[in-house]
Amino acid sequence: MPKKVVSGNYAAAYAAKHARVEVVAAYPITPQTSIIEKIAEFIANGEVENLQYVPVESEHSAMAACIGASATGARAFTATSAQGLALMHEMLHWAAGARLPIVMVDVNRAMAPPWSVWDDQTDSLAQRDTGWLQFYAENNQEVYDGVLMAFKIAEHEKVNLPVMVVESAFILSHTYDVVDMPEQEEIDEFLPPRKPLYTLTDFENPFSVGALGTPADYYEFRYKIAKAMEEAKKVIKEVGKEYGERFGRDYSQMIELYKTDDAEIVFMGMGSLMGTVKEAVDMLRSEGYKVGAAKVRWFRPFPKEELYELAKNVEGIAVLDRNFSFGQEGILFNEAKGVLYNTDAKPIMKNYIVGLGGRDLTVNDVKTIAKNMREIIQKGKLDREIEWYHLKR
Amino acid sequence: MNTLFGEKKAKAEKMVFKSVDEYPEAPITLGTTLSNFTGDWRTFMPVIDESKCIKCYICWKFCPEPAIYIKEDGYTAVDYDYCKGCGICANECPTKAISMVREEK
Repeated sequence: MPKKVVSGNYAAAYAAKHARVEVVAAYPITPQTSIIEKIAEFIANGEVENLQYVPVESEHSAMAACIGASATGARAFTATSAQGLALMHEMLHWAAGARLPIVMVDVNRAMAPPWSVWDDQTDSLAQRDTGWLQFYAENNQEVYDGVLMAFKIAEHEKVNLPVMVVESAFILSHTYDVVDMPEQEEIDEFLPPRKPLYTLTDFENPFSVGALGTPADYYEFRYKIAKAMEEAKKVIKEVGKEYGERFGRDYSQMIELYKTDDAEIVFMGMGSLMGTVKEAVDMLRSEGYKVGAAKVRWFRPFPKEELYELAKNVEGIAVLDRNFSFGQEGILFNEAKGVLYNTDAKPIMKNYIVGLGGRDLTVNDVKTIAKNMREIIQKGKLDREIEWYHLKR
Repeated sequence: MNTLFGEKKAKAEKMVFKSVDEYPEAPITLGTTLSNFTGDWRTFMPVIDESKCIKCYICWKFCPEPAIYIKEDGYTAVDYDYCKGCGICANECPTKAISMVREEK
């Protein structure tokens, strides 16, 4: 299998190329820019056939162009970040509502103000209700694998929904790492050409997409999306398993469990920070702590069942959120706690707000959190539900 | 009839879905919006009194839908499948030939 040393952004660009995308419409925004620069390079060098790059004047137009392209049956791709993703918001609903399997890479970046280009998950999580599936990558390899799987899942006949593959600003986007890339023929076998639900270029049978839905009809279309999201859970597991069988990296779990079999305390989180957490788990294990890590790969659809299975056997869950919903709590914490409310599993759960706007979360920080969690479990009582971990006090 | 003045829109089948499974997977409307009847939004319906009508076609020009068409005899008529009952025709009619009548459903 060919290996390349690439940044997270180049991994995304290579994955789009290997997925044989036909239309890319994107607007450059730091730190996403090098994804579309690389794709433009592929086109300039004649390395790709049948790929149309659409230069647009904003992210709103980028998504609009992808929607148009996808509605004609083309495989469409885009990439963005933070404020750009926010500018796309209205169009994201159109993509999901019209059931178009567009794939986008979002490079997680903090929302301004204050102006920031560093890592923070609030931008993508603020789009959680748009009907997009969301995959959070831990490293460059997962960015690459995630984009390939995203196309297969999005275009599955039971899904037909857009997918967002999320990577961390700079921590992944601009950091180089070895990435395994399968041969093009193997990828073509895994990811055959798209079979669209409908094509607007069917001139013999004209129809309109996204036409008026009166109160008599709108409701049913919402249900269809909800059902497709539930179906997507099965599809994700199937595709993840198939990916493992073909290419050696298994993604059949929506939550990746790391040393959780006999764990009393589990750290739960998403994205690149879970690499640090796994490292810390190894160290803490050697110091006698029974800890494990649960990396939430898919945030939408939310892996309720897997979380319940995990929660049954642990005493405490420390949810590390690199995001915050103002007026409430960390978004992953909010979701996870909500899932467990009507179940018999009642682990002690505490929310640690970490790493906002690119602040480092180190192995020592995870150790401190482990000590705090152990005290809480010994007392059987939370000191506080939400902790702003890095706050200068 | 002179088509310059427009005729009643071609009649399309109204799509009726009885259960969620009958709906298409994506919100697409076959045959464009012809089958998407908007007349049931109406509370007041315009009624044309032909004895007062002077065939000026101001109502036809002003109808935003357009749900007013011109019959063979030159009088205007309302296509109630698409008339939303906005009342612009009644307001603009110089001879007050159009009255808005509350609809019994």
